[in-house]
Parts: sequence; C-alpha cells; structure tokens
Amino acid sequence: MRFFEYEAREVVKSAGIPVTDYGFTTDPSEARAIAERIGGPVVVKSQVLTGGRMKAGGVTFPETPEEAERDAARILALEINGHMPRGVLVDPRASVKQEYYAGVVWDGTRKQPVMLFSDMGGIDIEQVAEEHPSHVGRQHFSNILPLSDYQAKQCIAQTGVTGARINKLVPILTRLARLFVEHDMTLAEINPLAEMEDGSFVALDAHMDMENEARPRQKALLKALGVGDEETRQAREATPFELAGEEVDAQDHRGVAGNVTEFDGNLGLVIGAGGGSLTLFDAVRNAGGKPANYCEIGGNPSVAKACGLAKLVLTKPGVDKIAVMMSIVSNTRVDIVARGVIKACLELGYEPREKITIFRIPGAWEEEGFKILDKYGVKYADRSVSLHEASRLAVEALEAP
Amino acid sequence: MSILVDADTTFIVQGITGREAVNLTRECLDYGVGAKIVGGVTPGRKGREVHGVPVFDTVAQAVEHHGAPIKGSVVTVPPAFTKDAVFEAIENGIELIVIVTERIPRRDVAQMVELAALRGARIIGPNCLGMIVPDVIKMGGIGGPARDAAKSYTPGPIGVISRSGGMTTEMSSTLSAAGLGQSTAVSIGGDAIIGSTYAELMPLFEADPQTQGIVIYTEPGGRMEAELAAWVTEHDSRLPIVAFMAGRFMDEMPGMSFGHAGTIVEGKEDTATEKIARLAEAGITVAEEISQIPEIMKGKLAEVTP
Repeated sequence: MRFFEYEAREVVKSAGIPVTDYGFTTDPSEARAIAERIGGPVVVKSQVLTGGRMKAGGVTFPETPEEAERDAARILALEINGHMPRGVLVDPRASVKQEYYAGVVWDGTRKQPVMLFSDMGGIDIEQVAEEHPSHVGRQHFSNILPLSDYQAKQCIAQTGVTGARINKLVPILTRLARLFVEHDMTLAEINPLAEMEDGSFVALDAHMDMENEARPRQKALLKALGVGDEETRQAREATPFELAGEEVDAQDHRGVAGNVTEFDGNLGLVIGAGGGSLTLFDAVRNAGGKPANYCEIGGNPSVAKACGLAKLVLTKPGVDKIAVMMSIVSNTRVDIVARGVIKACLELGYEPREKITIFRIPGAWEEEGFKILDKYGVKYADRSVSLHEASRLAVEALEAP
Repeated sequence: MSILVDADTTFIVQGITGREAVNLTRECLDYGVGAKIVGGVTPGRKGREVHGVPVFDTVAQAVEHHGAPIKGSVVTVPPAFTKDAVFEAIENGIELIVIVTERIPRRDVAQMVELAALRGARIIGPNCLGMIVPDVIKMGGIGGPARDAAKSYTPGPIGVISRSGGMTTEMSSTLSAAGLGQSTAVSIGGDAIIGSTYAELMPLFEADPQTQGIVIYTEPGGRMEAELAAWVTEHDSRLPIVAFMAGRFMDEMPGMSFGHAGTIVEGKEDTATEKIARLAEAGITVAEEISQIPEIMKGKLAEVTP
C-alpha cells in the first residue's frame, strides 16, 4: 500500500531524519496560516497517490500567504489522473546547495534489501542509474545480522562523497534502512535529500510503499498516520461492484470467492484459482471475448459463497451470460461450485443452462459435480478440454443466437 | 530419479492438527509408496495422533522420537507464526522445508531464506503446494487427494516448475495426456520472494538423469524469469525449456495485483511482454496455449536426442 507524501514525511520524521517545517491541510485558509507561520516563499503540493502532479499543475510556488491560500483552493479542487487530492502540503521553499537521493528497496533475486544512494538527487533514480552509473551506490544488507553504520558508509562512499558530508549522511541512510525493515516497507525513498546552504541535510520529499501482507502487524503505524482499515490504497479506488465482491467473500471463512475486479465486457467470469484465473482471463480475451470482471475462487469456498459470487456477476449491468471455469482443482470441490452457480441462476429466476455458457472445472468431486450439471442440462467439460478451448466455447456460446 | 524428494524422504508436518494439514497428511500418506511422515508438531497437542502420525509440542521432540535426523518439513501454520516454525525446523537439522502458508510478509520470508542459506537448508515456497514425484511420493497438497493426483501426474522425463500450485497440476495433466510424464513437479509459490526460484532448481534437474526437459509456468512481476534466462545462457543447459506465461493482460494495468502476491507490474522488467522476450532470447519457447506445450516439447526432445 502506498502512502501519501505527507504520511511518508511523518514516517521519515519519526525515524529521526530531519525534515522541513511543513504543514498538511485540507483547508485553504489553514494553508495561509501555515505559510504565515513559515514566513517567506513556500511550495504548495497536491497530495495524491499518482505521479505527474507537477505537470498537471498540482505544485505551485507562491510568494505570499495570500497566494498560498489561493493556490491551495485551486489545487484542492484539481483532479489529477482521476484522483482527487487528499489535501495539500505547504512546505518552506528551501535554499538548497545540492540534491541527493537515498532509498531502500527489495532485491528479489538476492532476497535481501538494498540501500541506494546518489549524489544526483531530484530526478528519477532509474534514470541516474542508466545515464550515470558511477553516481549510484548500492549496498545489500542482511535480513538477520544487525544493521550497522558501515553499510550506509560503504554505499555512500561508492559515489565519491567524502569529508563532513559522508559523516552527516550515514545516520540518515542507516535510519532509512532501519525504518524500511521495521515498518515492512517495499520502498522507502527520500528524493531529494537536500544539502542546505548551512551544510545541514533535510528530507524534502519522501515516498513510502508498505507491504499489504504486513498491515495486521503495522497497526500502530497506520493508526498514528490515521489510515483506516477500509483504505485499500490500490492503484485505483475500488468500485461498488468490487466492494460487493468483498462482502460476498467476507460472509464466511470457508475458502475464497472474491478479489473481484470490474471490467466493462458482457461475459461474466466465475473463475479460479490464482494462476488459473490469470490464464483464463487472457484466454477469454484471445478468443475475442469481453470479460465483465476478473475474480478468483479458491480454497474450497462454501456453496453460499460460490452462489453469492455468481449472483453478483450475473446481476452486473451488461452481463448476458457467465462462464464457470477453473484449472484442475484438488482442494476446491467441483460439486460445491456447481451447486453454488446453479443456485444463483435459479434464485435469480434464470434457467442455469441458458445463463452458464460452459462449466469447466475438473478435479476433486467431479463425478458428483457433473451429475448435478447433467440434471440441469448445463454444458460442462472435463480436463480433456483445455482452459483455452473452454474459453473459446464460452465466447462462442455467448455470441450464438 | 527425481529431485528434492524420493521414496525414502522422511518429513514432519508443522501445524499438523489444522484442518488443511490433516487433509494434507492423509493425502501424502496415501499417495505412491506412502510418504514417511514421522511426526507432526502443534504446540500444546503432544500425545495426539493424526492418521497414525504422532504429534509433538516441538520439532526437537519429533527428531528425538524418530531417533535419527529428519529430512523435511511441511509448514502449514498461520502467517504470524510461520517464521518461528521455520526457524525451529532449521535449527533442528531439517534440510528441506515446504512452506504452504500464504500472506507472509516479505521480511519474514527473507529472514527464513537467509537462515536456511546459512545452515545449508532449502526452502520451497511460501504460498506453494510442494512437490510430487509421480507414483512415488508427494510432499505437500500438490495434486490433492491421492486418487486425484494419480489422474494428473505420471512418471516420465519432464521437470515441471510453476509459480502457481493449481497450474502445476493443470500443466502436468496436459503433459500426461500427451504421453509426457514428469520426473518431479515443483510448485515454487507465487510470492515476491520465495525460497527456490527456477534458476535455483535448474542445477538439480540438470543433474537428474531422468529429466530430459523442463516446463515452466510463469506470471508477470519480479525478475525470476530474467534470472532463469541468464542461468540457462551461462550454463549452456542440456535441458530444453518450454514456458507458459499467464496474466498478459496485466501489462495494461501497472500497479494492480492479480492472482498472487508476487504479480504486480512495477517496472518495465516486470511485464509479461518483457519476460517473454527475455526467455525467447535464452532459447526458451513460450507457448501461446498450454495444450501446445507437449508438441513443442516433443519437437525439442527430438532435436537433442536424434
């Protein structure tokens, strides 16, 4: 999950890394008050979870508190890439001598975190790494051995930084590495990390991304930042259809029939499991079909859950028919899914054989499942029909008069 | 021959009294020659039995009861307790650990993997179904109940490595139907950091005389395919590889995660398109559909053994 800049700065600050005397607000008159408190020229920045805010006019450089209020009012109403801002950040306009970069990310191949440092800050680190590789320092560090200052020192020294600067930078990069680990971040970045005219170092902007799986044990941090459980912080906000999918999944603890994602096609998909769903979604599109949704069934869900998911998909505006398909199941039971989807059709007043284009779930309890499908005349396929073939049959059945 | 496990492999099940673990134990005992499950561990449940397998409070007790080192462990405990369970296994001499548990934070996975490396142990998973040597042994939920597993898996020359547990079975079933059995099929897990990647399992398959070709299932997210491509090129592998890539639609939706925790397109290298190009450069054929895999593999096998 991504953090807003104002949250990321709070995290950086609480880790003991110097930040500017900024303020966050959702109110233009308060933006003015913050600018007055700062005294002098400021920067007003839109707080959105998307890139390109500078280009979109979401960052301004007012000279006076009056201008800050005016800019804040405009930015608060400015949508950027489909996102409305959470608020604005009012920041002193710093007199910077040089910009640096400090970051920590996971290296999935080495299976360790890696510190990154550059004396060319303010721009995208990937660009620096490509164009000026000697200006990027890298240092992996252990997941079990204690983190020690020399690691940050080695990382910084690779860029040629020396003198008083390196000694001031070491604690900043070490603290950033420590907060990355302690808060289960997948990205912790200070860019730019500014060297001020007086020789001190201050974080001018920060990006943080935390692992979703770690949310249960990072409750204290999330509470301190005021992040509610309902905030998914996905790349886009959940739609009402997707929220309804979560409700279906939450009705009991047996298995999964959720992770629904909305698309605008006419073929409803009741598909699973993780890899099976990815394969089937591609296969339907390759066959010329237009999926109305993505979803995942797995872990042997109850009849009620399978029924709830099928109903949700069947009642989605624009959906004509559904396809019920999974890769060979070994835990999820074929007969339970069959019962669930037939029940959904019947309860909505449909003939199952007219609404279900194809049922392709082979595996555990398939004989029982196929018997039920036979009874209702629903077309089904066993494992001899591939996922791609089943997807073609589904698309053909949808197009048939 | 096989990789990782054989008929003599002894293992324990940590978290054995959980609902899924009880099923898994039954399945493994029933399959092939019958797994040598020498104990189970659930703290506070010492003295019970699960399908005849004695339950202990600690791994040390299980090892003591067995009277000899135990080779492996299947770990199926809740995410918050997995790291401790795996540390316990490693420090008690277990060499091969299959982690079934999903939704473990990356930091914990990385810690387990690093300790395993220090102690010379190997981790498969997390978020995986383990591995199967057809008609011989399965360690983990792979393939499901013995009766179902037997429908999909047959012995033969193909090594299967898959980021998706279910797709391991789907692909093996397709291979079996076409007369291509499997030497060992391994579900390696769908998370961003896993104990054993494609490239880390390749040396084992390379050294296994039974294995003549490799089939892999891949997804967007991460650099595992690039690592495999580099390994194949550097080591001049004798094994032809056929890959299937699912989730191509994700290229259009950066930042969204589908399927498994590890599938998220964050940069250019994460995309399906980029991965397919990389695999192809290393001579790995990427099949458009799973049903094409057997024919492509047969063609490649005919090339290497004229």
